[in-house]
Amino acid sequence: MRLVRLEYVSRLQVVSGKGGTGKTTVAAALALALATEGKRTLLVEVEGRQGIAQLFETEALPYEERKIAVSSGGGEVFALAIDAERALLDYLQMFYKLGGAGRALKKIGAIDFATTIAPGVRDVLLTGKACEAVRRRDKQGRFVYDYVVMDAPPTGRITRFLNVNDEVAGLARIGPIHNQAQAVMRVLKSPETAVHLVTLLEEMPVQETADGVAELRAAGLPVGNAIVNMVRPHLLDEDAVRDAENGRREAITKALTAAGVSGGAALVTPLLEQAAEHAQRVELEREQRRALNVLELGAYELPMLTEGVDLSGLYQLAKELRKQGAGS
Amino acid sequence: MTLDSSARLEVDPLIEDPATRIIVCCGAGGVGKTTTAAALGVRAAERGRKVVVLTIDPARRLAQSMGIDSLDNTPRRVEGIKGDGQLHAMMLDMKRTFDEIVEAHADAERARAILGNPFYQSLSAGFAGTQEYMAMEKLGQLRARDEWDLIVVDTPPSRSALDFLDAPKRLGSFLDGKFIKLLMTPAKMGGRAGMKFLNVGMSMMTGTLGKLLGGQLLRDVQTFVAAMDTMFGGFRTRADATYRLLQAPGTAFLVVAAPERDALREAAYFVERLAAEDMPLAGLVLNRVHGSGAARLSAERALAAAENLDEAGIVDQWPGKTGVRDTAAVSPESPSAGRSPEARPAADRPAAGAPEVVTQVPEASAEQQSVAAAGQTTQQMTAGLLRLHAERMQVLAREQRTRDRFTALHPEVAVAEVPALPGDVHDLTGLRTIGDRLATGGSARAGAA
Repeated sequence: MRLVRLEYVSRLQVVSGKGGTGKTTVAAALALALATEGKRTLLVEVEGRQGIAQLFETEALPYEERKIAVSSGGGEVFALAIDAERALLDYLQMFYKLGGAGRALKKIGAIDFATTIAPGVRDVLLTGKACEAVRRRDKQGRFVYDYVVMDAPPTGRITRFLNVNDEVAGLARIGPIHNQAQAVMRVLKSPETAVHLVTLLEEMPVQETADGVAELRAAGLPVGNAIVNMVRPHLLDEDAVRDAENGRREAITKALTAAGVSGGAALVTPLLEQAAEHAQRVELEREQRRALNVLELGAYELPMLTEGVDLSGLYQLAKELRKQGAGS
Repeated sequence: MTLDSSARLEVDPLIEDPATRIIVCCGAGGVGKTTTAAALGVRAAERGRKVVVLTIDPARRLAQSMGIDSLDNTPRRVEGIKGDGQLHAMMLDMKRTFDEIVEAHADAERARAILGNPFYQSLSAGFAGTQEYMAMEKLGQLRARDEWDLIVVDTPPSRSALDFLDAPKRLGSFLDGKFIKLLMTPAKMGGRAGMKFLNVGMSMMTGTLGKLLGGQLLRDVQTFVAAMDTMFGGFRTRADATYRLLQAPGTAFLVVAAPERDALREAAYFVERLAAEDMPLAGLVLNRVHGSGAARLSAERALAAAENLDEAGIVDQWPGKTGVRDTAAVSPESPSAGRSPEARPAADRPAAGAPEVVTQVPEASAEQQSVAAAGQTTQQMTAGLLRLHAERMQVLAREQRTRDRFTALHPEVAVAEVPALPGDVHDLTGLRTIGDRLATGGSARAGAA
């Protein structure tokens, strides 16, 4: 995998990935990594799962930008759980001053219709809010957030989610939703945006990454990096295991005893079995790495945290991403 | 150890029982739901049942794992099943399913109008809940055909595992809702004087929505709703019937999870939700559980022993112990790595704010630790085995903690553990192995993994 050293780091970093690959964790770590030296990042979630709050061990996020972490260099991470319904009501209020009418619309189910059933409207509202945060400036004309990191829907749905233009423009050919979709698409298809795909070194996630990359590219959406998560160290390979199994069992038993492990004889077989499984996995991972290399993406790699991901683990992953060039 | 306090989920009695007609596999994304559904299907079929597996995931994984290149919206027989049973598999095509419903319930002209409506086309291509709704429709259809004595359903990879229970209701309440009635009003009520008041309200609402969505979208919706009018009752009735089917005694829900925090949290939600909805939960399938045959050796002791060996290795260089090759201890820097150092991001770049000494990134160190066999001393080899074991024991401990948390919340839920396989599953043999592990469950800790 080639070295990732972008001249320009996109300001909207979208993190997708197959379910179970840890995309929320990676998005959070990336938001922390980008918040260096007084920089400010906004981490947004769009699926109402409150995954960010759980990760940062805070209470459920309201529909409000809230500081949730400070990075080592004094940067700040804010978080926002975008809610389509609230975004629509805000939007109506902003453009039509529809306070009461908004409530009436809600009562008859029109808001529900627009945010959950009307095709694509929900996605425009969600991505629209994220793009608004990307473009927002303070009174001095500086960007309020240096970076916006989105914990996005999984790989299988990411292209449709981001490609709101195609979905909505065909339906709403005029009007604010149409205009909103156009404005959102301009940001999403520009170098301002990078869509990263989190994967594991396993067959199905890698396959899904390959499919996702093809779909994103076909839709003209900017593909960022493959982020290989939960990488475990390779301690022994197949040759070593084969060698160990062939006539070294006795020597290994002795070495175990010498190292202070009692009952070594009974342990050799299970230890060697574990080693054989490990070697098999190493081989499979090698194949999957090759498959990822074919995609010609930049790549980050994050280690498996054996203790699971807690707050300190998150900082550790952020450091890892920084080391590998994120945000530089 | 605490897990033993919860009952073990017995899979074989469940799938063998002729009274079991539907098994629904649900859970968070990426926990192996589809594989579990397929493995159950294979196992049930090989125990003599006539099974159909309905999968919803567009990644076509089930197709791959059952050796069928492409599944479609019709059940196809899976070859290679042993015994008298049969296995069929299909993949939900939500648009096709929706189209079929329209075609079946509207006359030709009306069906054409609906199928050509832009709003319908977007809706049926799979937005917010259509997939979940169509999955329920399909399940209802398969059950009504009564050709199979067991239907195994995989649930959609939704935002939340609960979506598929909510979506039919949501669509149903939308179709029955005031909003639809308002939308339909102009078509129905025309210029009737008595309805003047309503029409004023209506035009205000549609005016606002028209502004927002663009007038033409609203017209598409109105046309769609008018054309679908006669079918709404049917949708509603069938959604209700399927919902009742899910509560019926012949149905069993299996919540699928992996021993990870998020997956088990989702599983706990689901367990609570099923109870609230009176849906029959059979138990929890816990996939990818790690075990160790050497569990009596703790991670700490293994690491300490590995360190002893490292030190011994250095000492041994001098007296030159017999039978142990020390010579090549440092040489093979894994030339087979195939990835050059520059492939790694610049490791010498100081981390922002803290000019610390940067250690190597995981892959690089991994490759260097992967010392080729030829030059390994027995000490090194043994130390490697011990470190590997320590890693395994740490994983075990973490998994145990997450499981304990779940068990503490829901001690009543029976659990079947499926020991992790080192590789991926993509054929019937693999599915059989998973099925065996599902059925024999708890042997994870006995060391199979």
